[in-house]
Amino acid sequence: MRITCPNCGERDRREFYYQGDALALDRPSQDAGLSVWDDYLHNRGNPAGDTKDLWFHEAGCGAWLVVDRNTVTHAVHKAVLAEKVKR
Amino acid sequence: MGYSGFQVIKEGLFGQKGWKPVWRDPEPKAEYDAIIIGGGGHGLSTAFYLAKEHGMTNIAVLEKGYIGGGNIGRNTTIVRANYFLPGNSEFYSHSLKMWEGMEQDLNYNVMHSQRGLINLFHSDGQRDAFARRGNAMINQGDDAILLDREGVREYLPYLDFDNVRFPIYGGLYHPRGGSARHDAVAWGYARGADQRGVDIIQNCEVTGIDIEGGVVKGVQTTRGAIKAKKVGIVVAGRSGQVAAMAGMRLPIESHVLQAFVTEGLKPIIDHVVSFGMGHFYISQSDKGGLVFGGDIDFYTSYAARGNLPMKEHVMDAAMTLMPMIGKAKVLRSWGGIMDMTPDGSPIIDKTPTEGLFIDCGWCYGGFKAVPASGFSFAHLMATGNHFEAAAQFRLDRFRSGVGLMDEEGTGSQHNLH
Repeated sequence: MRITCPNCGERDRREFYYQGDALALDRPSQDAGLSVWDDYLHNRGNPAGDTKDLWFHEAGCGAWLVVDRNTVTHAVHKAVLAEKVKR
Repeated sequence: MGYSGFQVIKEGLFGQKGWKPVWRDPEPKAEYDAIIIGGGGHGLSTAFYLAKEHGMTNIAVLEKGYIGGGNIGRNTTIVRANYFLPGNSEFYSHSLKMWEGMEQDLNYNVMHSQRGLINLFHSDGQRDAFARRGNAMINQGDDAILLDREGVREYLPYLDFDNVRFPIYGGLYHPRGGSARHDAVAWGYARGADQRGVDIIQNCEVTGIDIEGGVVKGVQTTRGAIKAKKVGIVVAGRSGQVAAMAGMRLPIESHVLQAFVTEGLKPIIDHVVSFGMGHFYISQSDKGGLVFGGDIDFYTSYAARGNLPMKEHVMDAAMTLMPMIGKAKVLRSWGGIMDMTPDGSPIIDKTPTEGLFIDCGWCYGGFKAVPASGFSFAHLMATGNHFEAAAQFRLDRFRSGVGLMDEEGTGSQHNLH
């Protein structure tokens, strides 16, 4: 698996640390309530197919990326800087 | 029909022509008392114990593929009870006891071999942690022996004891640990359930769960609608998709875990051995193949195949620990889809829908749990109460924060297990 980092180009998967579902970017407000926080922290759509997740280019530029990826085929469609996704 | 030594000899003399299929291939009925979604190890054992312990024989197991084609045929076959935390400890202890009686219970040879499990440690700190774990195992009534370096050398003389980076300090020996023939476990439970009247329906994928007014009514499948008052979801890596049919989001991510097998070799590795400084564990099958595995690839996947970096890590660890196997040829590698929970411990619980139950979250440790998981899930489905040894496996522990079982001590969070 190779990921094309917007800063560094196509790089080996080993350069990246996997954080998990990109819903981590949609952090609820502090007073959103227990069930919203529970859902945010623990529950996952866990799709079989296209997904968006967060990868950290640990051994490269140090950027956080939102990677568009397929969990069934392992195809990596696209990676964008998380700072651009998160306003 | 029971198996016997006499029958084996007779069939041997007459060309093995008298063996018959050991479970039927029935058409699904319109209605059952209970439906188990998923014909893996856990689903089949659930059906077996529903029939045997609770007299529920009008039930069906729905399997989208074939029996033995999922994770029950894709694991490294290790059976052990070396858990540490209350909740897990008593459950896996119960499970190991069930393994010890399984062959008599099923009248089926699952080749359960208690050859002993040795978890190696490579530092003083790790020795302390393993001593503590061993004490927890003994407190639970199971067996654990802390071996020093010379003690390990007696059992495993072939290891690289003086490896410069990871010298071996000793090991935690669990004599009742071992392995079993994984397919035979599925076949044995399928046969046992079938003999008690359970319909095992293969090539039958569940496509929807019918719920009316918060009560489960049945399922939609590729072979038609089937009604049932009770439905159990036991689908491992596919838990997220099946739960979504009932409008649920689970605290589960599906990851890929790889395993490997070499060509058949003469007997050389007599135990189950795990490396303490990298992800590598190994045993030798009765056919002679070295069966070994590592950690998950650490990204969500349904591909049932892994990537090269984890393969490289596993091979590195193998060569560090036991350089003698370096010339063995790896025949196959494969991946299983693991249902990972935030704290690394499983879930056996009711769902918010009445009559709908779920058994999932076995992470990378489901094989050893097959008998006790089925037993506990059957108990829950039949009586509505949790079986005592599995009572901590609650679905809501993440929401409440009470009763988390973070066996590795890394934190209760996705991507840490």
